[in-house]
Amino acid sequence: MSSFNINPNLVLTLLIILPLTNAFLLWILSPRIQVIKILTVTFSTLLFITSLFVFLNFDNYFNYRYAPLQIFEDIYLEFSFEPIGLIFMLVASSLWIVNTFYSFGYMEKNKEKNLKRFYICFSFAIFSTVSLALSNNLITSFIFYEILTLSTFPLVAHHGNDKAKKGATTYLFILMSTSIVFFLVAIATTWVTQGSITYTNGGVLSDNLGYPFFYGFLYALFIFGVSKAAVMPFHKWLPAAMVAPTPVSALLHAVAVVKAGVFLVIKISIYIFGVLEVENISISGFITFISSFTIIAASFVALYSDNLKRRLAYSTISQLSYIVLATSLSNFFGIIAAIFHLVAHAFGKITLFFAAGNIYTATHKTEISEMTGIGLKMPFTILCFLVGSLVMIGLPLTSGFISKWFLITGIIQHDMTVPLVIIIILSTILNTAYFIPFVYKAFQKPQKNRLSDVEKLPKSMIISIAFCAFFSLYLFFNPEIILNIIRFTGIPL
Amino acid sequence: MSFFISQIPALIVSVPLFCAPFCIISNHKFLSWFIALIATFFSFICSIFLFLNIQENMVISYAMGQWLAPWGIEFRIDKLNSFLILIVSFFALYACFFGLKSLKNDIQESKISLFWTSYLLCITGLLGVLITGDAFNIFVFLEISSLATYIIIGLGRDKKALYASFQYLILGTMGATFIVIAIGLLYVSTGTLNLFDLSFRVKNIVDNPALITAIAFLFVGISLKAAIFPLHTWLPNAYSYSPNVTTIFLSATATKVAIYLFFRFGYDIFGPSDIISALSIGKIIIFLSLLAILFGSIAAYKQSNIKKMFAYSSVAQIGFITLGIGLMNSSALTGSISYMFAHALTKGTIFALIATLIFSLKDIDIKSISGLVKTQPLIAFLFLITLLSLIGFPGTVGFISKWYLILGALQYKSILVIVIVAVSSLFTIAYVWKISKLIFLSEPTKQNLDIPIIMKFSCVLGSILVIYFGIFPGFLINNANEISSILMSR
Repeated sequence: MSSFNINPNLVLTLLIILPLTNAFLLWILSPRIQVIKILTVTFSTLLFITSLFVFLNFDNYFNYRYAPLQIFEDIYLEFSFEPIGLIFMLVASSLWIVNTFYSFGYMEKNKEKNLKRFYICFSFAIFSTVSLALSNNLITSFIFYEILTLSTFPLVAHHGNDKAKKGATTYLFILMSTSIVFFLVAIATTWVTQGSITYTNGGVLSDNLGYPFFYGFLYALFIFGVSKAAVMPFHKWLPAAMVAPTPVSALLHAVAVVKAGVFLVIKISIYIFGVLEVENISISGFITFISSFTIIAASFVALYSDNLKRRLAYSTISQLSYIVLATSLSNFFGIIAAIFHLVAHAFGKITLFFAAGNIYTATHKTEISEMTGIGLKMPFTILCFLVGSLVMIGLPLTSGFISKWFLITGIIQHDMTVPLVIIIILSTILNTAYFIPFVYKAFQKPQKNRLSDVEKLPKSMIISIAFCAFFSLYLFFNPEIILNIIRFTGIPL
Repeated sequence: MSFFISQIPALIVSVPLFCAPFCIISNHKFLSWFIALIATFFSFICSIFLFLNIQENMVISYAMGQWLAPWGIEFRIDKLNSFLILIVSFFALYACFFGLKSLKNDIQESKISLFWTSYLLCITGLLGVLITGDAFNIFVFLEISSLATYIIIGLGRDKKALYASFQYLILGTMGATFIVIAIGLLYVSTGTLNLFDLSFRVKNIVDNPALITAIAFLFVGISLKAAIFPLHTWLPNAYSYSPNVTTIFLSATATKVAIYLFFRFGYDIFGPSDIISALSIGKIIIFLSLLAILFGSIAAYKQSNIKKMFAYSSVAQIGFITLGIGLMNSSALTGSISYMFAHALTKGTIFALIATLIFSLKDIDIKSISGLVKTQPLIAFLFLITLLSLIGFPGTVGFISKWYLILGALQYKSILVIVIVAVSSLFTIAYVWKISKLIFLSEPTKQNLDIPIIMKFSCVLGSILVIYFGIFPGFLINNANEISSILMSR
C-alpha cells in the first residue's frame, strides 16, 4: 500500500481546500438544485477518498506537520496528521456523504427554501471540522472552532421564524462566549506558563503536576471553554439548536459540532495535559464529578421530554459526557473508550436523527406521544432506530458495547470505582427507559388518533439510515479498524 | 531627492498647515476637498518615507530652523511616533477621501470649504503633537488640533452639534490648561522643554514635590484628551452629533494621539526615574480602565442612536488600550500598541459603514438598519467583519491585539484583572449582538437608496485591511513588539 507516496503537503492542502472549493463553487454557480447536488456529491466523495487515502497510507503520513502561516511571533497556523484527528476526519467526511444524500431527500420532500445558502454553510462547517481535526496547536484549533460556530449559525436559524432565531441566538451566545471567556484564557495561560501550545506527545503541562490546583483549574477552564462538548451547565445550546432542519441536527449536532468539542477535550487531555504519560493520576476529580452529574441529569431530562428531537439532544448531552468522563479517568482504557465512543456514538446518533427525520417527513409528527403505532407503518425506520438506541445503551452486537466495555475497564482501574460503576449502571437503566418503551409503543396498535396516511419516503433517506445502522453493527464485529489507528497514539493494546 | 527626504519631518506638518488657507480661499466645495485630499495624501506619502527611514536609523532628530536641540525646537522621530504618524496620516486620508459625498448631507454647503480648512488644521495639530520633541510645542499643537476639532464638530447640522462642541470646548480647554501647568512646572524645576533632555534631568529632581504635582496635572490633562473614564463625557456627544467625516477621523486618530502622550511621558520621560511606579499610577490606570470597559460596554448596549452606541463602545475600547499601559509589562504594551492600530482600523471602518448607512437611510436610529442583509448584503457583510474584529474573533485584527492583552493580563498575575478582561468580552458581545441581530435576523423596514461608489470603496478597503492584518499580522506584531521592547528598556 505504501507504494503510493503523494506529497503530504498536497494531501493536507487538498483536505482543507476541497470543502472550501465546494462552498465557493456553490456560491458563484447557479442555484439550481441539480448543480448543487452534483457539486456537493462530487466534493464530499473526493474528500472522503482523500481521507481514506491518508488512512491507508498512514504509516507514511503519521506525524507529518505543515505550518503555512504565521499568526503570532512563535505561533503558527499549523496542521498535522495525527491518529485521533484522522479518526475524527474519517467519521466527519464519510458521514458528510451519507448526510448529503439524506438531506437531498429531506429538503425536497419538506419543501425547504434557501438551499443554496444551506449547502454553502454546510460545506463551510465541514471545512472547519476537517481543519480542526488536522490542527496541530491550540490556536489553530481555536480559530477553526470559532469558524465552525459561526458557519453553523445560519444553518440553525435556517427556518427564519422567531423560534429559529431564538434558538440560534442561544446557540451562538453560549458557544461564543464560553470559548472567548474560558477557552482563549486557558490557551493564553498555557502559553504564558509553558511557552508552548503545540500538541505534543507526553503533554505540555505534565511538569506542572506539583500544582494540582492550578492543573485542575486549567483543565476545568478548557473543558468549559470547549462548550461544544456540552458539559453542564453550558449545555443549553444543544437543545436550542434542534430548531434546525433534521439533516443539520443529524450531521452537526450528532457528529461535526459536538464531536469537535469532545475531540478537543480528548486532544487537550492527551497532548496538552499528557494524561497518557502520567497514567493513573487523575487530572481532575471535579471534571469526573461534573461529567457524571451531566450523564445522569441529562438522562432524566431526556426521559421527560416528549419532543423526539429534544429527547435525542439530551441523550447526546449525556453521551458526550461519557466521553468526557472516560477522558478524565486518565488511564489507557479510558482514552480508548473515549476515542471509540466518539465513532460509535456518531454512527448511532446519526441513525437516530435520521429516523426522527424520516418520521417527521412521513407523518409530520414531532411529539413522541403522537407516534404510537408508527412502527406498523414504517417498520424499517423504527428497526434502525432500535439499532441506534442499542448503541446508546451499549448492548452487545452494537458498537456501543465496545466503548462501554473499555469504559468499565477504565473505571475499574480508577480509584473511584464504586460510585462510577453505579453511575454507569444507573445511566444504562435510564437510557433503556427513554428509548425502549418508545420502540415498544411504536409497534402497538394506537387506541385513538389513528395515524393518517404515511407519505412515501425518498429512497435516498432509506439508504442513508440503513447504511448508518449497518455500520453501527459492523463496528462491533470489526472494531479493529478504529483500534488500529488508536495504536498510533502509543497506547498499548 | 535626498534634500527632500531630509526635510520630511517638517513637510509632514507644514504641508497641511499651508494648504489649509487655500481651502477657504478657494471657497468651492469640490476644490477645497481636492486640496485637502492632496495635502493629506502628501502627508501620508511622507509618513511612509519617514516610517521606512526609521526602520534603518532608529531615531531621526530634525532641528527646526536649524536651531540645535536643547535650545531650538526639535522634531524627534522614533519607532513609536513614526508608527502612530503612519496611522494618523492614513486615516486623515481615508476620512478625507470618504468625505466627498458624505459631507454634503451633513453640513451646510456654504461651509464645506471652512470644514476642510479646519480639518487640515486639525491634522496639522495631531501630527505635530506626535512628531515634536518639545514639551511646549506639544501643548501648542494640541491646542491647534483642539480648536480645529471644535469647529469640525460644531459644523454638524444637528443643533446638538453645537452643544457637543461647546461641551468639548470647556473640557478640552481644562485639559489643555492642566497640561500647560504641568509643562510650566516641569520647565521651572528642570530648566528644559526638550523631551529628550527632560528625561535625563527628571532623574535629579525625583524628590521635588513640583515634579509630583506636574505629573498629576499632566496625567489628568492627558486623560481628558484621551477620554479615559470618568473624563470621557465629551466623547459620546462629540462623536454622535458631528458630521460623519469628523466621527471617522476622530475615532481613528484623536484619542490615539492623546494616548501616545501617555506612552511618551509615562515610559519615555518619567519611566527611567521610577517615579511612575512609586506613585502607583499603573494601578490607577488599571482601575480606571476596567471601569471604562464595564461602563462603556453597558452604556453602548443601552443606546438607540447607532453613532452614540459605537461612541460608547470607543470609551470601552480606550479602556482596553489604557489597560495595557497600566499593566506595564512587555506583552501588555505590545497588546496596547496593536490595540491602538486595531481599534483605529476597526472603528474607522465601522463609522465609515455607519456614515454610508446614514447617507442611504437618512436616519440614525438603530432600528433603521434592521434587515440590512436583505437590502444591502455587501454592507451587511462588511459590518459583520468589523463587528467580529471588535469582539476579537480569530482571523481579524482585533484578535491579534486581544491575544497580547490577555497575555499581558496573565503576566500581571492578578486574578481580578484576568477575570475582568475575560468577562469584558462578554459585554462587547452583548452590544455587538444587539446590532447583528437587527442586521441579520430582522425584516427590513426601509427602502435603501443607492450608495456612491466612493463610499463603497472606502468601506471595502477598511474591511479588507481588518482581515488582512488579522491573517498576516507580521507587520503589526513586529512593530508593536519593537516599540514595546524599546519602551520597556527605558
